[in-house]
Amino acid sequence: MTTLTREPEAAENPSESPPPEARSGPRIPRIWLAAGVIVVWVILSIVFHGKKTLEIGGADQVGVQNWIGDRANDLVVADSGNFFLRLTSGIADVLDAIIQWFQLLISTPAFPSPYPEIGFLGVLAVAWFFTALVAGWRMSIFTAVCFALFSLLGFYEDSMDLLIVTLVSVGLSVLVGLPLAVLMAHSWRARAVFTPVLDVMQTLPSFAYLLPLMLLFGIGAPAAVICTVIYSLPPVMRISSHGLRNLSESALEATDSMGQTGWQRLTKVELPMAKRTIIVGINQTTMAALSMATIAAFINGPGLGQPVVRALNALRVGDAFVPGICIVLMAIMLDRVTTAASEHGEKLRRGQARDTAARRNLFLLLGAAVTIVCVYMSRHYVFAAKPWESSLGDKLSEAVQTGIDWISDNWSGATSSVSDGFTAAIINKLEYVLAGSPWFVTALGILAIALIVGGWRAGVATVICLAGIRYLELWNNAMITLTSVLVAALFVMILAAVIGVWMGRSQGADRAIRPLLDAGQTMPPFVYLIPVLALFGPTRFTAIVAAVAYAAPAAIKIVADGIKAVSSATVEAAESAGALTIQIITKVQVPMARSAFAVATNQGLLYVLAMVVIGGLVGAGALGYDVVAGFKQLDTRGRGLAAGFSIVLLGVMLDRITTYAARRGESRSS
Amino acid sequence: MKLQNWIAPIAVGGVLLAALLPGVGSNINEASASTGSKCGELNIAVNNWVGYEADAFVVGELAKKRLGCIVNYVYVDEQISWQGFASGQVDVVLENWGHPELIDLYVKKLKVAQDAGSIGITGVIGWYVPPWMKKKYPDITNWKNLNKYSDLFKTSESGGKGQLLDGDPGFVTNDEALVKNLDLNYKVVFAGSEAALIQAFRSGEKNKKPVLGYFYSPQWFLAEVPLVKVDLPPYKEGCDADPAKVDCDYPPYPLHKIVSNQFVDSDTTGYKLVKNFKWSDKDQNLVAKYITSDGMTPEDAAQKWIDDNPDKVDAWLK
Repeated sequence: MTTLTREPEAAENPSESPPPEARSGPRIPRIWLAAGVIVVWVILSIVFHGKKTLEIGGADQVGVQNWIGDRANDLVVADSGNFFLRLTSGIADVLDAIIQWFQLLISTPAFPSPYPEIGFLGVLAVAWFFTALVAGWRMSIFTAVCFALFSLLGFYEDSMDLLIVTLVSVGLSVLVGLPLAVLMAHSWRARAVFTPVLDVMQTLPSFAYLLPLMLLFGIGAPAAVICTVIYSLPPVMRISSHGLRNLSESALEATDSMGQTGWQRLTKVELPMAKRTIIVGINQTTMAALSMATIAAFINGPGLGQPVVRALNALRVGDAFVPGICIVLMAIMLDRVTTAASEHGEKLRRGQARDTAARRNLFLLLGAAVTIVCVYMSRHYVFAAKPWESSLGDKLSEAVQTGIDWISDNWSGATSSVSDGFTAAIINKLEYVLAGSPWFVTALGILAIALIVGGWRAGVATVICLAGIRYLELWNNAMITLTSVLVAALFVMILAAVIGVWMGRSQGADRAIRPLLDAGQTMPPFVYLIPVLALFGPTRFTAIVAAVAYAAPAAIKIVADGIKAVSSATVEAAESAGALTIQIITKVQVPMARSAFAVATNQGLLYVLAMVVIGGLVGAGALGYDVVAGFKQLDTRGRGLAAGFSIVLLGVMLDRITTYAARRGESRSS
Repeated sequence: MKLQNWIAPIAVGGVLLAALLPGVGSNINEASASTGSKCGELNIAVNNWVGYEADAFVVGELAKKRLGCIVNYVYVDEQISWQGFASGQVDVVLENWGHPELIDLYVKKLKVAQDAGSIGITGVIGWYVPPWMKKKYPDITNWKNLNKYSDLFKTSESGGKGQLLDGDPGFVTNDEALVKNLDLNYKVVFAGSEAALIQAFRSGEKNKKPVLGYFYSPQWFLAEVPLVKVDLPPYKEGCDADPAKVDCDYPPYPLHKIVSNQFVDSDTTGYKLVKNFKWSDKDQNLVAKYITSDGMTPEDAAQKWIDDNPDKVDAWLK
């Protein structure tokens, strides 16, 4: 999942006035200050352990949470004359009609026929033809193979449903996001308004808004599309507006001098010039949409998420594995086709394409003819309408399940002692300090650390976020969640440092590992959860392992790219000065890639936070459980919504602290 | 314009026309779609325990194959299913466990759904331990002795107390309140699903590991491992009226069907089947066992049972 794309200039203007502490030159190194804070905090936590921790009962709903819950229930019982609800149900109806039209066309039986309007062969041919048209013949074969595999693995209908929900959501995201991106590029006011909104949209864990959306849009495809759009809108807005703002000034001035109108400037100059960047944005949005569309299975969103959720309920790793593969295939297909499409268009325009116009036209006519014949046949003959069948999926699923069963039968003693030992040695110790101290001690401790590493701006953000969490009355659970997030993020960074540095230094390692990371990023998060759950049972450790697996690929890639970007001249200079490999890594490459490490930490924390909520599904408790329970139980809705907001506040706080810390690091090293 | 420039639009247009024009519509009608059926769509909510899955697929396969309905299985959580009554996403909930608050809201206040009668089964919810524990600690089945044994049930997740393992966070449960109101030294930990509960009890029995957990019947697993129920203070009418103050055992749940009013008004054929559907614990457990232990798909499992029980099925279809 390549979401959470930050604007590339997140750390812009390193020359911006450095924070006062840095200017006066710290008298005591910051690391000692931080260590001092931690020592005091630990002592206080031991002395006042268990006092004023603000723990509330597991199913209790208190104060402001009741108020939130009542408002949510008002929505359900509000009479249909309510303008807002009429609007949302109108939107839901339109979306439902669109999705159903597509489903009858390619995925669900168009009664009385047992097959959709266009059967399997027809859909395959159309996909092949259009991919060839926009992305070249190589990609078209790849697409056809993917479609054949969806069918041979036994998930053709679910795959088509996922494709429909994803493409409709991406279409809407682009339709809404592109005009807003233009606005953001041209007006700093719009930028100031939208940036924090986009930040929240990206840190909001998806589970937290499944509930409010379900109340507004009901269950099913419309709500699935809306939540997918919310999740996938930020990348296209951020990246496009960034692209539009960074166009060559001279080209704009030259065309301005010819007296163009604002509209001409936008449509004839700016948009075409920023086209490459915009396509990158759409590509990122597509990837985000794909991952969210699978989570939407919890509100009956159609697609491959459904078999995965069923497998989670039945604890069948094998059953989740095969649809998981289909999702990864779909992700790779959409990613490569959109990327190839932008390159292919460029090539054709510059006349660099190898095929001549005549050959291209011949292909077009022949291809169209073949496609039309396939579509015709798939409407009229069972053999062409019926998806190809094979036992491939079943065999694969069986093999994976057998393997997992063997491991859990033979290693269950070992796995549970690993889990118990780790929990006692690390998680419980940290939780003792964070969640076991009086709330104000923890709050001051976090604030002090934020000030030390991130400066006064991080401090302000921390105060606001902690006050919000306190107000929502889920303080204790928020601190338990924070514990899991910090532990998981620590392990993500260890992995990122080890594997990332290795990949950054060795071409071979990079080439071998990167495809695995790509695949890992596109798997929907609960596919990870199932095998870990089978091995370690319903524990916080399970949630942490799954979160590390989920967040590590992104962090590793960022570190690898950062190490690679260190100029080879510097490294060679160090080598010729006789530095050992270990010295080159620790004294040259890692310090010079410091900002990559900072970005990796930031992204690692946010990814981990998103996954920890899903861990609430399987015994990890705390805020994640509150969100899930609020979604599933009527009488704790208020608490669930409050937990969702609390997670957002935690996310914003961690994001601000790490972002400001990274900027300070940069301004000091420059 | 040269002819050449027209080729691309013609080719693309041709494909689009062929794909999108409904006029050329499909004419594949397989025998399975019995013509002239009066049944329209039937959207059955499928909640996440396997007994429910057995109900849903037996009714669904019958509706599909014998009545010619278009059956959609809507996989959603228990309480979320109700949200679908008003919008038509869900027509039928086949196995409702109590939920007076939902009946208040959706049947009485919003008037979008109604009761469609019993399915012939009474549900039981309670706390259970694996049979080896009853043999070794005979008095463990009295709730008053639970605190004595709480050390046995400690886990990494229970924070020094005993662990009470619950199922899916969406299942009917008073366990948090019970632990508090009965002053038990336990912490509720959610396993996340029925399958996770079963796995915990199965390995608890096999490895003689202490497990105290939420469970229910009818459940096919009770035939594989006869879990022993712990007696909580007996249920009395009204003792569970305030969810925060519950201090008694769960009531017996006469499991019943809920249908949306929209569905009752529009579809007499499908509704009649749903209304007549009624079977026993034994029937449900058998189908559930086909699905879980025997690894059959829910469709095949339901079909096997339908083929083996023509009398019962015919009575529903009359």
